[in-house]
Amino acid sequence: MEDNIMLDLRDIHKSFFIGTPNEFEVLHGLNFTVKKGEFVSIVGQSGSGKSTLMNIIGALDRPTAGEYTLDGIDIEKAKDHELSALRNKKIGFVFQTYNLIARTNALKNVELPMMYAGMGRAERTERAKMLLEEVDMTDRMHHNPDELSGGQKQRVAIARAMANDPAIILADEPTGALDSATGRMIMDIFHKLHEEQGKTIVLITHSPELSQETERIITLKDGNIIGEAAGNWNRATKEVE
Amino acid sequence: MLFTENVLVALAGLKANIMRSLLTMLGIIIGIASVIAIMTVGNSITSIVNSTMQDLGANNLEMGVMQKSRDNKASDSGENYGSGYVREMTDNDLITEDMLEAFKAEFPDDIKYILKFENVGDKGKVTEGSKSANVQIIGYNKDNFEFKDKKILAGRGFLNRDYEQAKKVCIVTDKLVERIYDGDVNKALGQEIEVNVGGIYYSYYIVGVYEYVQEQFSFGVSDNPTTELIIPYETARIANHNQNKGDYYFTLVTSVNTNNDEFATKVRDYFNINYYSRNDAYEVMVVSMTSMMNQMNTMIGAIQLALSVIAGISLVVGGIGVMNIMLVSITERTKEIGTRKALGATNGSIRLQFITESVVICLIGGIIGIVLGVVLGTVAVKLMGYEAAVSIQSIIIAVGFSMAIGIFFGYYPANKAAKLNPIDALRYE
Repeated sequence: MEDNIMLDLRDIHKSFFIGTPNEFEVLHGLNFTVKKGEFVSIVGQSGSGKSTLMNIIGALDRPTAGEYTLDGIDIEKAKDHELSALRNKKIGFVFQTYNLIARTNALKNVELPMMYAGMGRAERTERAKMLLEEVDMTDRMHHNPDELSGGQKQRVAIARAMANDPAIILADEPTGALDSATGRMIMDIFHKLHEEQGKTIVLITHSPELSQETERIITLKDGNIIGEAAGNWNRATKEVE
Repeated sequence: MLFTENVLVALAGLKANIMRSLLTMLGIIIGIASVIAIMTVGNSITSIVNSTMQDLGANNLEMGVMQKSRDNKASDSGENYGSGYVREMTDNDLITEDMLEAFKAEFPDDIKYILKFENVGDKGKVTEGSKSANVQIIGYNKDNFEFKDKKILAGRGFLNRDYEQAKKVCIVTDKLVERIYDGDVNKALGQEIEVNVGGIYYSYYIVGVYEYVQEQFSFGVSDNPTTELIIPYETARIANHNQNKGDYYFTLVTSVNTNNDEFATKVRDYFNINYYSRNDAYEVMVVSMTSMMNQMNTMIGAIQLALSVIAGISLVVGGIGVMNIMLVSITERTKEIGTRKALGATNGSIRLQFITESVVICLIGGIIGIVLGVVLGTVAVKLMGYEAAVSIQSIIIAVGFSMAIGIFFGYYPANKAAKLNPIDALRYE
């Protein structure tokens, strides 16, 4: 395997209700790779299987058949607690609904993954503050989620995703619940992470326009990849054409 | 580290749902409070009973002539007493002074004193002009007077001839001297004092004054307490026109090295074999204070335990309440659990989080319950007029117990949370 491959999915199948009359297959043997430092989007309408694919990429679920390697780790062979550790250290999730922990302020939310990683209190607080500063949330860090706007919550969520300096950021419709201006701001943060820190980012979206902002577009339909295309974004111009 | 974080999260959760948390804790609070209150009252009563009996003399044996039980089996504790009336007691059934002398000679190392006393009527009154003092005339034999070891403040104690010749002498308290003779002992000594006991007058010469000690468990302090006016035993018998050849009730004071339970049997056998084997109706029974005390303690302990168990049922009910609210909380927070799992929480850390939460609820409830229980118990004991004895032991047990309830009733919900599939949990709306 090449050293610069971050995600490697081979012949990934996923079925539900296995062994029952209702058994059906959602993913029918997907093959694709994502290189380190790449900004890729996976596009598809609802029902295309993109959420199922995201769960598999995020190590929240296991494929029924096929091989999946994340940063050189064979997911199939990993035990449950190893998957927990993997999600903790290798993957940064950004959800459409933010999923911040209620009654827990922004700072503590960002600290959470570091806490599960076993980092000491002082160290993780310091790092969480630094991460919040990067998303320009320093002045709101002691506020609870219910005191933050949607854009602010998503910024905190991105800071939290970066907590353990993950190999890959997995963003599921990150701008889906935001107005266009705020969505623009969130996308800019992803671009910044991609350019300045060289983060590998997988963006899952139903929106073709948004996918145009990435380097490569994988289009999903009815559980099959129906096309791969280059996006309009490129490193040289750093602009959407 | 994770632990502190869990406690903080649990506290934040409790604060966010204050009403719900309080209602959940109520079962635990009531349960722990009742157990602690019962333990406090029980312990106080036990210590009061014990110290009262201690005062009466833990080294004492109570010995008496009693009617033979129907099944002809002598009983240690005398619970068969009065199971069948045969005939009245006669002189032949009594224990005479000669018998006691022989008895003393048989067990010189074990017997320190044989106490006899005889009251002359009920409460009496000494009147001197406008001054008065309440007294109880009581006759002590020589052993009893020595044993009571009254502190003589002025004058003297009884002499042998006082006992032998049944002299009409008495020893009074400084309290009486204070009330009748303005506290002047010299004025009191040698005086003839007249006591009115229900219309009958008895008079004695004061030969001594002893220090009055208030009884430990009397209610309140009276400025005219009934004090003992002590006279020789024989004098009291004459006053009562008691012409019996002997007595039927004694207290034996044994030496410190004597095993009272064993000695009680020896004494009973000694009298019954030597004097009562042919008696058709009466025999001697001996009860040791220690065995009475133990019986009493066992009884109080059993009552206390039974009540605590009943109160403990509400703890179980409280525990079920906690379990219920934990299940609700977990359902409400399914998405949070999914998020935590996505962020890298292991099943173990999710389980620990919810068990911690349940323990925190129970522990706070337990602490409130302890405070409430101590207050209730103390108030109850104070209302009975005694000093409350709060047992630290029961508080420690209560804390441990409420934690155990938290773990026991929190485990199932916490485990359920830990086993949630992260995808299902994330998708939950």
